[in-house]
Amino acid sequence: MIVFIDIVLLTLLVATAISLVRLRNLIATIMLAGIFSLLSACLFMTMDAVDVAFTEAAVGAGLTTVLMLGALVLIGREEKVPGKGSALPLVVVLITGFVLIYGTMDMPYFGSPDAPIHQHLVDRYVEKSGGPDGEVGPPNVVTSVLASYRGYDTMGEVAVIFTAAVSVMLLLGVGFATKREDAS
Amino acid sequence: MKMNPIVREVSNLVIPPILLFALYVQFHGDFGPGGGFQAGVIFAAAIILHTLVYGLESTQKLFNPMVMRFFVSLGLLIYIGVGVVCMFKGGLFLDYNVLTESHGAHNVHGQELGILLVELGVGITVAAVMITIFYSLCSRRVRGKAE
Repeated sequence: MIVFIDIVLLTLLVATAISLVRLRNLIATIMLAGIFSLLSACLFMTMDAVDVAFTEAAVGAGLTTVLMLGALVLIGREEKVPGKGSALPLVVVLITGFVLIYGTMDMPYFGSPDAPIHQHLVDRYVEKSGGPDGEVGPPNVVTSVLASYRGYDTMGEVAVIFTAAVSVMLLLGVGFATKREDAS
Repeated sequence: MKMNPIVREVSNLVIPPILLFALYVQFHGDFGPGGGFQAGVIFAAAIILHTLVYGLESTQKLFNPMVMRFFVSLGLLIYIGVGVVCMFKGGLFLDYNVLTESHGAHNVHGQELGILLVELGVGITVAAVMITIFYSLCSRRVRGKAE
């Protein structure tokens, strides 16, 4: 059953990706990107990665779409039709894709018990993190890893988001819709 | 901006539950899926819905951009502050074990307090950042129309 769901979801993902590349209408592109995120979230669900799926659905499918639509109002609805470019971009993309696929050859299969991460890390997180005598406490291992074991990483992520907001404020302004603007 | 009454009424109906759900995701992240990131995004989504229905000006009376700008840094400062407090209490940076008095080999209460505060910081920053970015994008359009 899971295999069937996976096949359906992956087929839909590929179909969405192909139509994303072919479309020139940017509103449709943004909507399809949202659908792509939602399908990815479903795929994460079938992999039992609930937290990741939650984030993907909320951020990727929900908020990013709204922010992109907000940006779209500023830049116009149609993508520029590109002139006849050289074949160089295609070659670069093909080589990069080949290298990426070649890189996944060495990776362990999904859920494989021989994967390096399952040799020492995951066992410890699953067995020792939770419970009143555990190292961290919360029953949700993901929260333990995110906020305690890997607290530095999460701090870095928050700093990245902070930087994003500062950049947007520097480029576009703080975002007042005040009467001062109307008066001037 | 006067919207379709159906849109307005449905928004009035769903915005409070969305805010409540954001708080649930925030504080229930220890036990189920969720945490500061998701909670912040959901909270921001409710505010953005309010902006879409009632317009930028009326939302900004509730959530002032300058206050949001303050919260953007406040969340990150809470996060780093927890780490620094851990250092002052004799532990390492972000070592929550020293936050409360230890009762065993592993101090679960200290960890819980640390995680709660840190996730709160994440949530505040993410919500404020998303609202701020949305404000910035929206206000450009308003300015363009006024000219």
